Amino acid sequence: MASIELRNIRKAFGAVEVIKGVDLQVRKGEFMVFVGPSGCGKSTLLRLISGLEDITSGEMLFDGKVVNSLAPSKRGIAMVFQSYALYPHMTVYENMAFGLTLEKGTSKDEIRKRVERAADMLQIGQYLDRLPKQLSGGQRQRVAIGRAITRDPKVFLFDEPLSNLDAALRVATRIEIAKLHEEMNNVTMIYVTHDQVEAMTLADRICVLRDGLVEQVGTPMELYETPNSVFVAGFIGSPKMNFISGDKAKPFNAETVGIRGEHITIVPSGGTWSGTVIHTENLGADSYVYLEMGTEEPVVVRLEGANSYKSGDTVHISPMEGKIHRFDGAGKPIL
Amino acid sequence: MATDVMAEPVAATGVKIKSELMQQRVRAAQLFLLPMLLALAVVAGWPLLRSIYFSFTDASLNDLDGAQWIGFGNYLRWQTLESGAVRYRGVLADPAWWNAVWNTMRFAVVSVSLEAVLGMGVALVLNAEFRGRGIVRAAILIPWAIPTIVSAKMWSWMLNDQFGILNDLGMRLGLLSQKVAWTATAETAMQAVLVVDIWKTTPFMALLILAGLQMVPKDIYEAADLDGVHPVKQFFRITLPLVRPALMVAIIFRLLDALRIFDLIYVLTPNSSATKTMSVLARENLFDFDKFSYGSAMSTLLFLIIAILTILYIWLGKVRFDGGDR
Repeated sequence: MASIELRNIRKAFGAVEVIKGVDLQVRKGEFMVFVGPSGCGKSTLLRLISGLEDITSGEMLFDGKVVNSLAPSKRGIAMVFQSYALYPHMTVYENMAFGLTLEKGTSKDEIRKRVERAADMLQIGQYLDRLPKQLSGGQRQRVAIGRAITRDPKVFLFDEPLSNLDAALRVATRIEIAKLHEEMNNVTMIYVTHDQVEAMTLADRICVLRDGLVEQVGTPMELYETPNSVFVAGFIGSPKMNFISGDKAKPFNAETVGIRGEHITIVPSGGTWSGTVIHTENLGADSYVYLEMGTEEPVVVRLEGANSYKSGDTVHISPMEGKIHRFDGAGKPIL
Repeated sequence: MATDVMAEPVAATGVKIKSELMQQRVRAAQLFLLPMLLALAVVAGWPLLRSIYFSFTDASLNDLDGAQWIGFGNYLRWQTLESGAVRYRGVLADPAWWNAVWNTMRFAVVSVSLEAVLGMGVALVLNAEFRGRGIVRAAILIPWAIPTIVSAKMWSWMLNDQFGILNDLGMRLGLLSQKVAWTATAETAMQAVLVVDIWKTTPFMALLILAGLQMVPKDIYEAADLDGVHPVKQFFRITLPLVRPALMVAIIFRLLDALRIFDLIYVLTPNSSATKTMSVLARENLFDFDKFSYGSAMSTLLFLIIAILTILYIWLGKVRFDGGDR
């Protein structure tokens, strides 16, 4: 259990500044997700917290103590890598126990107990004698998580742990990580992903990063309901929020109007806007209708159940009351 | 792994299924192998068989065609004297031969061990990231790229007792009280040969180990850092086990080379019994002493010794040539 505080953290690789002054507080026992497009610095930020990279300037505090130059192994952290980073020549058991066997004062029984407890949590007990190469991707990632658990860390770091898994496994492992957080609710977890669905489903709070700066920090619903920029509005939520600008936005006294696909209704006639159907996608439980109406990207309308619109149909749409997001010329919300 | 690919699918009944594709692949493989097998048969197989044959004859260099079969006489024969004492003759009873075996073994073990250790050190340095790494990697190969005869000649001048730069340096720095005939003195001749060989072949060793090091993923070192594994432990518990396959292959290459060492010793310390190896002795008998069949017997024994050592090494060391067990 640890709280983490970042004060004006900067990181430069040579002349290139990747993290450009980040202030952030991660609370004890919180599940914080760093999310952002590739190159926004989210993985670098995680590596700065882990101590694998040195901070160029600023202060990093664990429980109020500055840890800028503290070795990674002394920060009480465990990390799960995207590539699993398992020791290829060691069995699952050895992988999980390796860090502990080097600690003085941990008995063999204690190590076995801790490894088995972690293995039980992740249902990898039957693989303890196998080598990583004999396991599937999902099993390997569970071993990597198990190795992190046996360290009994105060802070758990995840660096895109699901990126190398296929879609079905990703969902299953995501649920396991969520359960893990419930079971280890006094461990602070920081999770890096570029997938906003993972961010929304796992996080207590999300930190949206862009270009080495924090764009917004808040609970998933705060980000969904009150994004504080066009960037966050477009990044959080699936399908992506529709942005309508120019003349069509003028009646709303805004430079740009944002409206989510699920907050648009199709009306028989009239309506606020109208457009031509260019594509439809039926996903069973819901369906998407893509409309061409002179915006940069087609407007997506999300409907419950299947729909029978065809390309070329003209439809009239209206935004739901109170669900419109208005942004000014700088991309900031108008309240 | 190569065996997995080439293995033919076998049906549950045990009958081999040979698809057209598989047949095509096998034919293509045979076709590609043929030129190499032919070349090997001509330049390696035939001379080898001839050497083995001559070792069982009384052939001399003047009269190879008139060679008579004499069985194992070149290897070992004995006669009982009138006094009742038994006198043994042949390579296996020749002290010069056993001296050469001892020299060769000593040379091979010492040079390969030191080259492995030094090569590993050099490889670890070259694997680290630093400015100008590319140039250093190229530069370090220079000793290995110089033809052995040239580097041996170069070193023999440097080691020369009268005009050599090493003696000169040693005297000026006060390390030597008098000039030493490094290559001519029995005590130092082997050391001189070892130094030159290690200087020459460490780069080769380093390069092979470096290739193995580059296969080790970087992220497991980060995991080890988080686990708090000391760098020295990281080397012995992570790096060494993971480069072991590459290291074992590198060692066997060098071992084969070292066991048949000839050129360096021939140039650097000619005719010194302190350094004379099996190859040098065999050549001497074959061509200088006109004991062609006797030399052939030595060559055959050398071949057998190398073969046995190699098989033992591969078997005991569980060497795999497919790039390891990852």
